[in-house]
Amino acid sequence: MSDFNLVDFFWTWVWPLALIIIHSAAILVILMTVIAYVLYADRKIWAAVQIRRGPNVVGPWGLLQSFADLLKFALKEPVIPSGANKGVYLLAPLVSCVLALAAWAVIPVAEGWAVADINVGVLYIFAISSLGVYGIIMAGWASNSKYAFLGALRSAAQMVSYEVSIGFVIITVLLCVGSLNLGDIVAAQDTQFGLLGWYWLPLLPMFVVFFVSALAETNRPPFDLVEAESELVAGFMVEYGSTPYMLFMLSEYVAIMTMCSMGTILFLGGWLSPIPFPPFTWVPGVIWFSLKALALFFMFAMVKAFVPRYRYDQLMRLGWKVFLPLSLAMVVIVAGILQYTGWAVK
Amino acid sequence: MIAAVFFYLFASICVASAFMVIAARNPVHSVLFLILTFVNAAGLFVLMGAEFLAMILVVVYVGAVAVLFLFVVMMLDVDFVELRQGVLNYLPIGALVGLVVLVELLLVLGGWAIGENVTAAITAPIPPAADVSNTAALGALLYTRYVYFFQAAGVVLLVAMIGAIVLTLRHKPYVRRQSIAEQNARSKASQLSVKQVRSGEGLSQGLQ
Amino acid sequence: MNQALQFPALQALYPEILLVVGAMALLMLGVFRGDRSTGAVNGFAVLLLVAAGILVCLQDGTASAFHGSFVSDPFARFLKVVALIGSAVTIVLATEFLSAPHRQRYEFAILIMLATAGMMVLISATDLIALYLGLELMSLSLYVIAALDRDSLRSTEAGLKYFVLGALSSGMLLYGSSLVYGFTGTVEFAGIAKAAQNGGLGLTFGLVFLFAGLCFKVSAVPFHMWTPDVYEGAPTPVTAFFASAPKVAAMSVFVRASMTAFPGIAEQWQQIIVFVSIASMVLGGFAGIGQTNIKRLMAYSSIGNMGYALIGLAAGSPDGVQSVLIYVSLYVAMTLGMFACIIAMRRADGPVEKIADLAGLARTKPAMAFFLAMLLFSLAGVPPLAGFFGKFYVFLAAMKAGLYTLAILGVLASVVAAYYYLAIVKIMYFDEPATPFEPMRGELKTVLAVSGLFVLLFFVYPAPLVEAAAAAAKSLF
Repeated sequence: MSDFNLVDFFWTWVWPLALIIIHSAAILVILMTVIAYVLYADRKIWAAVQIRRGPNVVGPWGLLQSFADLLKFALKEPVIPSGANKGVYLLAPLVSCVLALAAWAVIPVAEGWAVADINVGVLYIFAISSLGVYGIIMAGWASNSKYAFLGALRSAAQMVSYEVSIGFVIITVLLCVGSLNLGDIVAAQDTQFGLLGWYWLPLLPMFVVFFVSALAETNRPPFDLVEAESELVAGFMVEYGSTPYMLFMLSEYVAIMTMCSMGTILFLGGWLSPIPFPPFTWVPGVIWFSLKALALFFMFAMVKAFVPRYRYDQLMRLGWKVFLPLSLAMVVIVAGILQYTGWAVK
Repeated sequence: MIAAVFFYLFASICVASAFMVIAARNPVHSVLFLILTFVNAAGLFVLMGAEFLAMILVVVYVGAVAVLFLFVVMMLDVDFVELRQGVLNYLPIGALVGLVVLVELLLVLGGWAIGENVTAAITAPIPPAADVSNTAALGALLYTRYVYFFQAAGVVLLVAMIGAIVLTLRHKPYVRRQSIAEQNARSKASQLSVKQVRSGEGLSQGLQ
Repeated sequence: MNQALQFPALQALYPEILLVVGAMALLMLGVFRGDRSTGAVNGFAVLLLVAAGILVCLQDGTASAFHGSFVSDPFARFLKVVALIGSAVTIVLATEFLSAPHRQRYEFAILIMLATAGMMVLISATDLIALYLGLELMSLSLYVIAALDRDSLRSTEAGLKYFVLGALSSGMLLYGSSLVYGFTGTVEFAGIAKAAQNGGLGLTFGLVFLFAGLCFKVSAVPFHMWTPDVYEGAPTPVTAFFASAPKVAAMSVFVRASMTAFPGIAEQWQQIIVFVSIASMVLGGFAGIGQTNIKRLMAYSSIGNMGYALIGLAAGSPDGVQSVLIYVSLYVAMTLGMFACIIAMRRADGPVEKIADLAGLARTKPAMAFFLAMLLFSLAGVPPLAGFFGKFYVFLAAMKAGLYTLAILGVLASVVAAYYYLAIVKIMYFDEPATPFEPMRGELKTVLAVSGLFVLLFFVYPAPLVEAAAAAAKSLF
């Protein structure tokens, strides 16, 4: 170590590491702010459909409502039920939250704007979102309560079921792209036809399957049997309060945004402009990306507002008897078309 | 250097949590440690450049198989302490067998020299790492050269599925099932009839 | 990427593909039509097995596919035909079993078909991965059909026992395979043969584990303990299947692996085979004496018979392989006939399986008694019945290879085994009649008659089988 050079050390070790940390911190801060307003939007949309006003007290038009909630949750006393398995009980919300946030490491919100641009980005998101179920199972089990346990069982079965069809949807898109890199997937949709060239049109059935499966995967209504308040009170979260509860809510909304971004990347052309010539192409990609993701979220919120909850057997039937055969058939059809028309990526 | 740090991190957590899988008193904790082991093994795969395998390990083992494990363990309420009651009685025999196998293996592997062509023969079908990503390389090998094994393994899984259904599925005759197609096929004409009810006469006639 | 567009040459695999695709099609039929389709599925399954047999017969020469993982040579074709006959006859034998309302399971025939596909993969396997996959495909189906009668405690026990021990043996086989792969750097038999010319401690180790796994599948002696319990517990048609086709497949892969992958260290594996063979013959002979249940007796009989077949393998010569092939095919013919009789052993209140229930059969059912007696004489090796020729060729091959002790011990063991076969004949012909059985069903009569006549008249015209076996054996060397 005689020729130890502080400048070299800085540029080869400290700076790259610091860059990663800065990137991550930036994306976390922005994401959290977005989530705060997404939550607000969710409540506002729901209220509007039901001809209510929604949150309108804290700040102008209630804009600071989410921050007030944050403060309230953070300042409350966490209560741990006496029969709970303490370690797992506290680990569960952390696992949920960390996993939900970890998915954002690879999501490119504009060309090259991702913390990590890895080759198997789609698989990474898929893998991370399939881990989300652990937070729920752990919470349900560790709470030592029947409601919580039933909710956890339901959610595990539900998420595992719908993951299968999401997997097939992803495979169909990958067949068309020929790469697992999220950036490549967006680039492959960059055609002269603008928004007509994005995959939502040629793969329309899969887009629908993806959207519905994403609702089920994130336990959103009409598939929120996990927390169905009329039967299970609040499902796996029934014993949670204060910060741990907030972490669950946070991870739920982060997961929803992840799914919206996935939908944007896979089917709506990511950061591409819908009309492929200036002045639209001058708009920064990140704005297009956000608009599309938020549009998808608007659909999520609308579904929540006016579709009644499914019964559990109907949910399972939809997943295994409708979506699975449909998406499997589409994989075969798409692969066949690509192979025999020679459109397959060489 | 960073890779080395991460290697030791993943490897040590992997080994420690693998140990905890068998040492933990609570079976649910055991399964959770198993999951931790899988995730760290996936990390090791990533360090080796096998990113596809790493992700598949997480998706398949952690995301699906271990969830079922956890289900079973939670629902069955297995008492591991009771299961381990007899361990001490069998320990000497088990240890002896293990020792014999270990000594034999050491004897065998002690004299093992890899032949000069063996490595080349093993890696021959693999396309050079510089040209293709490992996902493409795996796919190209699995679906061309090894497609026979791939399909045969698929049939094995089919048999496993048929077997599970044959041995466990029982149609309960008293369970009422919903036939969605039938429900959707109902029309207003077949389900609804409008009756004029005169006051004081009730519904006694004309309605079955 | 152009290679992705090239379709691999599949001609050699047509019979296997027919079976697997046919099984899936029948599965769809069964799923949509429910258990009332059992009869139709059984019928189609037999037809498909026959069609696969015809396709096998239409092939000629030696064709290999998939980088030498699969080979279709006379040896493979000979054994495939035998295995297919065994499977098809089993489905026929099971007709009655499957006709009971609570046992209408269309999955039986489908599992038999998939097991047969596994056997064909196994018979054609020329590398360790194909060997393992074929073996698992076959075994997994067998575990399931052993427990098929799931309301019967004995059947589920048989299935569980078979599964646990089978999984252990698969583990040993895999362990052996990985050692062989580690020391030779290849999984292909030809490559292993090249790398294994000089042997070595590690390779011998792998070989021992590999053979232990295979011994389990043929139920040869140190690994036979599952056989009596599983044979007794499983439904009788399933036992008939266990005793016939899977034995053929396992024996074939035993022969092919020994002859093509390890010719260089023949002296080492010969010792193992000689020991296993003697132990099987002796145990099969002595342990059968005290049995009162005829299915258990058949289990010990099959252990003993596998011992005789292994004598031919121990000889390690073309003559030896030829004798194994002849022995195995004659064994299958005799076993199927035997089980047709055992399935026919039913009274008004249900099936019976005690040897004592056969008492006086000669007076109540003379034809059945006659054929059964012929089959038993043949199993005992009485000339001029078929079983005698099987043993004759095997012992001849052993003598030619200089294994005199083995041959003499084999003859002695067959004398012991003859005792219990002949004891049954005595019970049938000289004891006071027990309650007569229900009339025999048509398909059982046919199977019994064909098998009995084959055994009886084999000596008149043995040439086709013997020559085909000789040609098949030659293709391995």
